[in-house]
Amino acid sequence: MQDFSVLIGGKAGEGINIAGSVIARLLSACGLRVYMSYDYPSLIKGGHNVAIVRASDEQTSCNREKVDVLLALDQDTVRLHAGMTREDTAVVYDAGVVKAEGTGIPLDAFVEEEKAPAITRNAGIIGGFCRVAGIPWATVEAVFARAIPRELDANLRVARRGYDAAPAGQRVDVIGRAPLPVLTGNEGVAFGLVEAGLEGYISYPMTPSSSILHTLASYAGRFGISVVHPENETGAMLMALGAAYAWRRVAVGTSGGGFCLMTEGFSLAGMAEVPVVVVLAQRPGPSTGVPTYSAQGDLLFALSAGQGEFPRIVAAPGSVEEAWYWAGALTDLAWRFQTPAILLTDKNLGEGLFTVGDVPQRPPLAPVLRERGEVYGRYRSGEGGVSPLAFPGEPGITVKANSYAHDTDGITTEEAATIAAMAEKLRDKDRAAAETLAGYPCVEVTGDRTAAVALLCWGSVAGICTEVADRLGLRMVRPVVLSPFPEKQFISALSGVKRLIAVEENINGQLSGLVGCHGVRVDALIGKYDGRPFFLEDLERRVGEAI
Amino acid sequence: MTWITGAQNTWCPGCGNFAIQHALKAVLEDLVAGGMRRENFVLVSGIGCHAKIADYMAMNSFYSIHGRGAAVAGGIALANPDLTVISCAGDGDAYAEGLDHLVFAAKRNTDMTVIVHDNRVYGLTTGQYTPTSYEGFRGRSTPDGVRERPINPLELMLASGATFVARAYTRKMEHLKTVLKAAVLHRGFSFVDVLQICATYNNLTDYYAPRVYETEGRDAGDFEAAMRLAREWDYSSDAPIALGVIYESDAPSDPWPRMDGGGPEKRREEIRRILQEKI
Repeated sequence: MQDFSVLIGGKAGEGINIAGSVIARLLSACGLRVYMSYDYPSLIKGGHNVAIVRASDEQTSCNREKVDVLLALDQDTVRLHAGMTREDTAVVYDAGVVKAEGTGIPLDAFVEEEKAPAITRNAGIIGGFCRVAGIPWATVEAVFARAIPRELDANLRVARRGYDAAPAGQRVDVIGRAPLPVLTGNEGVAFGLVEAGLEGYISYPMTPSSSILHTLASYAGRFGISVVHPENETGAMLMALGAAYAWRRVAVGTSGGGFCLMTEGFSLAGMAEVPVVVVLAQRPGPSTGVPTYSAQGDLLFALSAGQGEFPRIVAAPGSVEEAWYWAGALTDLAWRFQTPAILLTDKNLGEGLFTVGDVPQRPPLAPVLRERGEVYGRYRSGEGGVSPLAFPGEPGITVKANSYAHDTDGITTEEAATIAAMAEKLRDKDRAAAETLAGYPCVEVTGDRTAAVALLCWGSVAGICTEVADRLGLRMVRPVVLSPFPEKQFISALSGVKRLIAVEENINGQLSGLVGCHGVRVDALIGKYDGRPFFLEDLERRVGEAI
Repeated sequence: MTWITGAQNTWCPGCGNFAIQHALKAVLEDLVAGGMRRENFVLVSGIGCHAKIADYMAMNSFYSIHGRGAAVAGGIALANPDLTVISCAGDGDAYAEGLDHLVFAAKRNTDMTVIVHDNRVYGLTTGQYTPTSYEGFRGRSTPDGVRERPINPLELMLASGATFVARAYTRKMEHLKTVLKAAVLHRGFSFVDVLQICATYNNLTDYYAPRVYETEGRDAGDFEAAMRLAREWDYSSDAPIALGVIYESDAPSDPWPRMDGGGPEKRREEIRRILQEKI
């Protein structure tokens, strides 16, 4: 089993993220499955950025504590990450600015001699990396042609100089497996939304959700969708509800602080029964918190945001494929049940880079539309509390949405029986959604499915928990859907479990508390709340202590 | 088919909202008689006394939340440009809670009509000052009188890029109808500040009557002249109050791409192509 890691570090603004993604694609082109984490502070220039790429035979989604190759574009990379090297780690560095043991590559000299633009510097160190890793030159040429849109020749010339300047190594076995596309979690979200019929994406920039906005904006013309960046998150949410009222499938995306501003609109969506998908990409809070790092601290916020009681569908995907699937599934479900839905992601998933395999087909689920000729009232009763939808522009009817308690025609009411009937209608939709969700993969089980000790987790720690469970012979149980809570699937997944250990990137154990409401006791909680992801060995040690 | 629903009307006797509702109804009847399709009109309201108009008008409506009407209306306009979107708002609604959405709708020149029912007091919350209350106004939250100057909404809208800025008065019914009709027919963002008396908390009939006048024979396309006219009365000091279309110009609307692009198959095909680019 191959398990290869490379770290590249440099100053913010030096293109570490892009260099890391090229390395990820090079390793993918060798037939390996890759994962890249990207660590950067909240500033534009300077500071220290690091990408760590892990490549293995099977898909992983966490980093190891040690790397096989360390690529240093600044001195900090050597200084801060010395602890991640072993004796046999190959260190390749920019000889012009870094002092280190290993292979120095004079990047500035190569760039100057090749009369290449300054942006090709990183190609030089990538060339050196490929040589020490054992990636064939033909692969470099093929991947550069796909991955580098500008100055391809100059980049290849500088890469070749770096390649020739480094000692040949054999750290990666090229296996003849077709490479997979390499995507961020946020790209997976974007494509999942689009595949499910997204027509508009309305979002105010906020890390770590912004790259969904950027991705969709860059492809808006190709998809024929509208991507809108309005005045603030309040406006984004309300614009989305206006557009959905007028029959457009729309989504909004933000992080915790932006979602605070959206909650009044979120509650309006519940009351007025307007479908909308919210992508809530978590970062550490409270308040501004740590903008470019990750956390799982907003589960209870997502489950209880907005005044009053109304159905909401909340799913927390654990991989890009799941993010893709559930972005689509939540769109279907929001429209079927005319209620808001939240796709709960985080920085590690959204901005991490992964090779991505096939995404399963979603079950068909269409909205319930008005039959022609029916006398229409927007909130007239229907099966499972779902009223048939109609839209402004249809002759002979009026469509009245309302934020107040309302009657079946959408007219404001303060009449007790009508208020109660409408509350029951919303509850019926929640129950109907839960029934429909029984046909979806709401709870995932990996590892040893018969083991009596189980890990419990949610969201982006799925991959690392599966890996640890496999290594320690444990069961791993993970609810993907968190509202309406899939109690039946969850209890059945835990059958035979004697000890349950929760792993969450928060301090209080939010999922642990939630499952407690469904009669499941968590025996131990392993929390992480420093913004950083777990390393594999670190989590394995902590789980080992908790078994 | 009537334009009025069976909902019980709960505005106070003598409320200025009746005038706005009747003027709007007359304008819509007129426009439908002229060939516009009734089902393509959408009324958006916020929260406050004005907002009950959504319950009272038998037409498509989105009775939204406080201050957010312009944002909802913007979403509807973006989603379906065939719809004619009218956003009724209160002065607290539009100028306090939702000022950002109003300014940006004007900045974007979104094709919608905003009608502000400007009674210069919070009615439904029983009598507090609003952004357009005059200096010294004694409300329940400011018993010693407001010590802030009011916002001049006309000046604000001109500065924000609105391409149609007008003022009307609920006791000049025919003029109100004329202004509202012109506003609805204007392509782009139309703004009408309707001076409306609040019969219970702020009845300014005696103040308005001698001061309001209808502007005539002026060039509404002259921005500088419009700004001067907007500043003639600052919503607080004693001055003549101009009514009519203060400013009107043509400018491109809808800065965002339409939502009516490719179908599902085209999207799936594009995704397949993009995935190939990402190997």
